[in-house]
Amino acid sequence: MEKFTTLQSRAIPLHIENVDTDQIIPARFLKATDRKGFGDNVFRDWRYHKDGTINHDFVLNDPKFTGSILVAGDNFGCGSSREHAAWAITDFGFKVVVSSFFADIFKGNALNNGLLPIQVTETFLETLLTQIEKHPETIIEVNLENQTIEAKDLGLSSHFEIDPYKKTCLINGYDDIDYLVNNIKLIEAFESQKTY
Amino acid sequence: MGKTLFDKVWDSHVVNTIENGPQILYIDKHLIHEVTSPQAFNELEDRGIPILRPDQIVATADHNTPTQDQDQPIKDELSRKQLAQLSENCKKNNITLYELGHQYNGIVHVMAPELGVTQPGMTMVCGDSHTSTHGAFGAIAFGIGTSQVAQVFASQCLLLKKPKSLRVTVNGNLNYGVLPKDVILYIISKLGTNSGTGYFCEYAGNVFEEMSMEGRMTVCNMSIEMGARGGMIAPDQTTFDYVEGREFAPKGDAFDEKVAYWKTLPTDADAQFDKEYHFDAQDIEPMVTYGTNPGMGIKISEYIPEVSDASFEKSLKYMNFKKGESLINKPINFVFIGSCTNSRIEDFRVAANYIKGKKKADNVTAWLVPGSKQVEAQIIQEGLKTVFEDAGFELRQPGCSACLAMNDDKIPQGEYCVSTSNRNFEGRQGQGSRTILASPLVAAATAVEGKIIDIAKQLASASSALIN
Ligand code: SF4
Repeated sequence: MEKFTTLQSRAIPLHIENVDTDQIIPARFLKATDRKGFGDNVFRDWRYHKDGTINHDFVLNDPKFTGSILVAGDNFGCGSSREHAAWAITDFGFKVVVSSFFADIFKGNALNNGLLPIQVTETFLETLLTQIEKHPETIIEVNLENQTIEAKDLGLSSHFEIDPYKKTCLINGYDDIDYLVNNIKLIEAFESQKTY
Repeated sequence: MGKTLFDKVWDSHVVNTIENGPQILYIDKHLIHEVTSPQAFNELEDRGIPILRPDQIVATADHNTPTQDQDQPIKDELSRKQLAQLSENCKKNNITLYELGHQYNGIVHVMAPELGVTQPGMTMVCGDSHTSTHGAFGAIAFGIGTSQVAQVFASQCLLLKKPKSLRVTVNGNLNYGVLPKDVILYIISKLGTNSGTGYFCEYAGNVFEEMSMEGRMTVCNMSIEMGARGGMIAPDQTTFDYVEGREFAPKGDAFDEKVAYWKTLPTDADAQFDKEYHFDAQDIEPMVTYGTNPGMGIKISEYIPEVSDASFEKSLKYMNFKKGESLINKPINFVFIGSCTNSRIEDFRVAANYIKGKKKADNVTAWLVPGSKQVEAQIIQEGLKTVFEDAGFELRQPGCSACLAMNDDKIPQGEYCVSTSNRNFEGRQGQGSRTILASPLVAAATAVEGKIIDIAKQLASASSALIN
């Protein structure tokens, strides 16, 4: 997994609530057996019309907006457990997703792929979204060590929570498999003494 | 202080607790399917890590399989490859696979309970969010992402923080025509789609106690739709009777020993939950959804609420419905009875019972898709297939089918589908399709009438006609 420490980038405002994983990556694109290439189809049915032409009204197709931070409405990533959603978002180039609420499984999937989900308050999110829409050139700074997200030009700043174990993993680029495999002895001991 | 059912099962599976961090949770059973496993197999192979406990894994092919001509080679190349990859991975790693056409093949959440793989007190995972289904047996069962599939492959464990606990109690008598699907759609419509996030939910009260295992599975299945990672119902005699005698269930004395243990699992009277909700069974009526998340549900006899909110309005626009409108008499051209929510024998009995002696409306295309080969066999054996065919319905072969429309079973752009599945997200059943979630009874009635009807009213007048 790639390490994550700090990031400075412009952001893309996805001003929609309850974005579910079927929107992030529709099921018909789940037939691949590797992790790559899903970025081409991220938000597919919003980015393109049914006839395959580009939907210029969708924010990802708006040349005003660019960057590796996605700022999305409340309850992001609900629905299916497909990790393809996290792969599609990272493959497209995002490193951070900001929302006021994340669905459990999506959040876990994101963290397991070096994609940082930042949960902020609804008020902060709303201000951030409207400000980026007004000032697309705004630079956002994320500092994982200090657990802060800031838009200095706009005078916006917020602290965010993250599980300390997950934070260490992200900063060092470790994942859970490394940890678990190092504990196989303990696991085998548990198996031999199961009480149920 | 007493413990909850969830506490008891969770605590007995903790291998270790990391200071200030997650716990290592031992997983008894790992279910896999073709869509979310290939990348996990690759990952392990790339890192040179073997699969620790292949005998605790059960595999099936379901998401991406055709529901017609299953004995023929699959036409879609990518689907064919994905299934071939699953077979190859299972063979290489000595994992039991019930592949397409096998007598035990089916949707993972239908076939595993049927085979007795699912048992009370277990921890179970699968790379699929509706793994919550298995909680109906008093197991801790939840969906995981592919990285976690790889973790379980490598260590038979997961690193997790213990979720908070939530209890939903429903007591009273259910109205005539109200099915388990209506109960859970009602609960989600009241609590919303993220009220359960961070929680594991227990369903309690006489309504669940009196439900069959099939009904309990329907309820637990949709726990994820209110954000909860899983749902559970205390194991009781109904559970034990269901498990007994199934292929992988313990036999003889071993079974009795297990039952004695399973009887210790229900929540203690003095246990505390982090959150509790209570509902009265009498308030529940047959339900339908009108929007693009499962929380947007109303009783069939109600009107779409008048909410002023951008995402609510976006959702109604997608569905082409108006605020304050009733869904009754809406013409419907597609009906789907299937998915891991409602594709068990009981669901087809309900549908057949309604359909018997009636005819499918001409405008309706209806797909009846059993959850497994075993359900399919039972449908035939009980003569339900003949009932369906006489009424102009076609029974398809098992699989996820139009629930997620990964195969050819797609609802066309702009069309409504009354569906017994669990998600009404935009495009879930095909690009531009519009899903209305409902019970198998409501779905069957829609297929016969060609439009949504007030089923409660129809049943009431039918029964009063009988009495007169
Ligand atoms: S039937 Fe639908 S919800 Fe169930 S496992 Fe298949 S795709 Fe998922």
